[in-house]
Amino acid sequence: MGGFPILSIMLLVPLVAAVACLFVRAESARMIALVATLVDLALGIALWASFDIGGAQWQFVERAPLFAGFQWALGIDGIALLLIVLSVFLMPICIGASWNSIQNRVGEYMAAFLLMETLMIGVFAAQDLFLFYIFFEAGLIPMYLIIGIWGGKDRIYASYKFFLYTLLGSVLMLIAMFWMVHESGTTDIPTLMAYDFPPHAQTWLWLAFFASFAVKMPMWPVHTWLPDAHVQAPTAGSVILAGVLLKMGGYGFIRFSLPMFPEASAQFAWLVWALSMVAVVYTSLVALVQNDMKKLIAYSSVAHMGIVTIGLFAFNVQGLEGAMIVMLSHGIVSGALFLAVGVIYDRLHTREIDRYGGLAINMPRYAIFFMIFTMASVGLPGTSGFVGEFLSIAGIYQASSWVAFVATTGIILGAAYMLYLYRRVVFGDQKNADAAALPDIDKRELLMFAPLAAVVMWMGVYPESFLAPMRADIAALDARVSRAAPAGDAQLHVGAPKHEASSHGEHGSAAAHDEAATGEAH
Amino acid sequence: MDFAASLALIAPEITLSVSGLVLLLAAAWMGDKASQLISWLAVAVLAGCAAMVAPALCGGAMGADTVAFGGQYKADAFSAFSRILIYVAAAASLIVAPRFFDRLNAMRAEYPVLVLFAALGMGLMVSASDMLTLYIGLELNSLSAYVLASFLRTDDRSAEAGLKYFVLGALASGILLFGMSLTYGFTGTTSFAGIRGALDGSIGTGALFGLIFVFAGLAFKISAVPFHMWTPDVYEGAPTPVTTFFATAPKVAAVSLAARVALDAFGTQAAAWQQVVIFAALASIIVGALGAIGQGNIKRLLAYSSINNVGFILIGLAAATPQGASAMLVYLTIYVAMSLGGFVVVLMLRDADGNQVESIADMAGLSRTKPMLALCMAAVMFSLAGIPPLFGFWGKFVVFQAAVDAGLIALAAVGIAASVIGAFYYLKVVKVMYFDEPAEVVEGDSDPLHWVIAGLATLFISPLGYVLTPWLGDLADKAAAALFFAA
Repeated sequence: MGGFPILSIMLLVPLVAAVACLFVRAESARMIALVATLVDLALGIALWASFDIGGAQWQFVERAPLFAGFQWALGIDGIALLLIVLSVFLMPICIGASWNSIQNRVGEYMAAFLLMETLMIGVFAAQDLFLFYIFFEAGLIPMYLIIGIWGGKDRIYASYKFFLYTLLGSVLMLIAMFWMVHESGTTDIPTLMAYDFPPHAQTWLWLAFFASFAVKMPMWPVHTWLPDAHVQAPTAGSVILAGVLLKMGGYGFIRFSLPMFPEASAQFAWLVWALSMVAVVYTSLVALVQNDMKKLIAYSSVAHMGIVTIGLFAFNVQGLEGAMIVMLSHGIVSGALFLAVGVIYDRLHTREIDRYGGLAINMPRYAIFFMIFTMASVGLPGTSGFVGEFLSIAGIYQASSWVAFVATTGIILGAAYMLYLYRRVVFGDQKNADAAALPDIDKRELLMFAPLAAVVMWMGVYPESFLAPMRADIAALDARVSRAAPAGDAQLHVGAPKHEASSHGEHGSAAAHDEAATGEAH
Repeated sequence: MDFAASLALIAPEITLSVSGLVLLLAAAWMGDKASQLISWLAVAVLAGCAAMVAPALCGGAMGADTVAFGGQYKADAFSAFSRILIYVAAAASLIVAPRFFDRLNAMRAEYPVLVLFAALGMGLMVSASDMLTLYIGLELNSLSAYVLASFLRTDDRSAEAGLKYFVLGALASGILLFGMSLTYGFTGTTSFAGIRGALDGSIGTGALFGLIFVFAGLAFKISAVPFHMWTPDVYEGAPTPVTTFFATAPKVAAVSLAARVALDAFGTQAAAWQQVVIFAALASIIVGALGAIGQGNIKRLLAYSSINNVGFILIGLAAATPQGASAMLVYLTIYVAMSLGGFVVVLMLRDADGNQVESIADMAGLSRTKPMLALCMAAVMFSLAGIPPLFGFWGKFVVFQAAVDAGLIALAAVGIAASVIGAFYYLKVVKVMYFDEPAEVVEGDSDPLHWVIAGLATLFISPLGYVLTPWLGDLADKAAAALFFAA
């Protein structure tokens, strides 16, 4: 820890680089952006390495009373740490993905991305309510420009929709924040997380925050901005959108809705469950019939975010941990899938699935990476997706077996659309001559894919590395929300051992006990 | 209080009147050749006056020492805050004018003199603590403004703007006078302190009518809905430097005046006028936002934007608390910077022949032909939309916080939701500049002085502005405390 303001420096490096990018030529701008994001990645790794697991809840704390009404307050817990590391990890890859595909207005493009990085880190590191809001909202400007300037055909419609949808969602949250500060007399997030608002007020505050986070997340039925924004944004824009921006919604639930309004969260759990169930099933079905690869992945994001919200509102440790792991995993995997689409889009300039086929023959290395990410998205054991989805569903099962049942069908549907996508693009006949002539991935693309694949495997095989930093924070959150947790329908409890069966051995008695417990559980 | 002390308090007014008259004589003797010199002298006079009132603001002047001429006039911190804004805005609109008028061979030495007299009137408006002082200040400002609006004598649109402004302004003055006479009739006094005392307790129907007529007249002056109709036409028709002036200085004066009338004279009847202000605030926000959507002329768009902004400022007034008054002043400060920035950028939009470009469609692709200009305009637009981290967000922040702290949560929620409508048309301007193919219309070069003002305004509304918040908030709090001192 010490006095070294590492978080402020992580915010400052991309910001300074962004300003520099505006004034230099294309080649220098690319280089500046790459160096700045790599420096931030190094700082991020240093942050993780020096994070004291099991130490103070809030670490690397910085406070400076710079402004009227709110202050420059930074600090992270394990949850924020992992999301910051995710952001800084994805950024150099985004810059790499835009290396050749962005040719006009490179300086401005890189500046927008670097600004985005500053704001993303700021959202996760802010410890002041209003500072958080400023970072949270400011992200709209660079993203609006990224979609609008460098996007696809319908970029203008998509950029408006993205901007206005998210803005409308967020402004009511600001009013709720004013009320909270008026009531509690502080803007400090850790203090507010322990403040008990009156239950009737919580209802309104929760709804105001929900409006914002549900749009950002996005939850059904306010998800419609996402497919448009994803499809029209340039590849790297989609990666950041799916990889990090969507996580701001989940982070918001973890940081604000659940700990600050536990009673209201429990009161509205049914709403979240219902919307999430619809999202999981409905958007999976929609994904199944898409012809546009990016749109398919965009809808799959909505479905995965449904699993996240289900896990979050399970009100137990498994659910919360699962939601966090799904968020991290989805950040990596959907980012990687968008990159995979970007790679072939750069070659053939179409995202239509029918225009490809049989890529395994001419692009074998590409096919392997695409396979890894597809499997991770499906949730195959050994990949990151499995860990998260398993924990989330294990969590919700304790709260409601019906929700768990519906969420599980979503995973089956997920396997269906992802494998169907993979079969049509990579397997089958090489029916299109131009697709059959595509060259395999080059060194730059290999460098982008390899770390992503490695992290997917790492998270799948040894999730403890990712669970350890946030264990204490999840436990604290669980302790905070458990007082309001809705009663589960599973009624898990240890049955009374049977004593009368003398003919059975030790082993048989244990089996019978298990049976009884399982029977009661159902 | 003796006469000499009163004279000392009105030193800025004396300076403005004497130098205005001297410069008028100079203009008459030296002719239009000297207009440049006279402009700079007028800027110096305004700077001097700002320096004169600064101590009152920094010291948080209030109470009996600030009252001159037996309660006619009050030189407290509140008036000092507004004055500094007014003088700065007036000086800026003087500095940007010569380049614009020279091109049309229309630069007259009367322009700076008229602006000085308008500033004199506005100083009286914000310092008035009597209905009569108020009216004299208002008319002095308005008469100068009517002439300024039609300053391009040969231009039809300018003449039309002047005429419209005059007719509607006269109507507004009539309504205001009628309200004042009713108030006088039912309270027996014209002084704010007297009215305040007379209305303590319940309000009779006659006085209520007086109050409503006074507010209607003031709503005209601040162009709040439903008395906003003149604004787009006048803003569009008036020469752009004059529009820059109208959108900033008189707006500050009229809003400050409205705040003083509401919180001082009618301060004991807050419940009576709060509904009026709440209605005007929400209506202004919504009408200002919806009206702007279809506009193709950037000046008209900014006019609707100013209506929209007045709505937000009135939310601070509706709170009827010192915090609300302070929020209004902070918002006004930021609003002045945003308007100056916006209109100066409009002044800098010239085609290859040096003619002014006012159509939004002609700004297409500005980010590629004139990147810095587009950056300034984009900053102004995002700032007007209230998107953080631009400083415009802070203005909205403080007024909505004041409203929530005063318990007006529903008003704040509706107001902030309606601000999203406004974001749509601000985004449209950014879209035209950044996403569209260049129209290659804006090609003329810009005056360095314009760059300086646009640059300063952009710097102020950039995220760097937040560093000023403690200082700005402190001054605004002092000013608001002075306003509430009488209470």
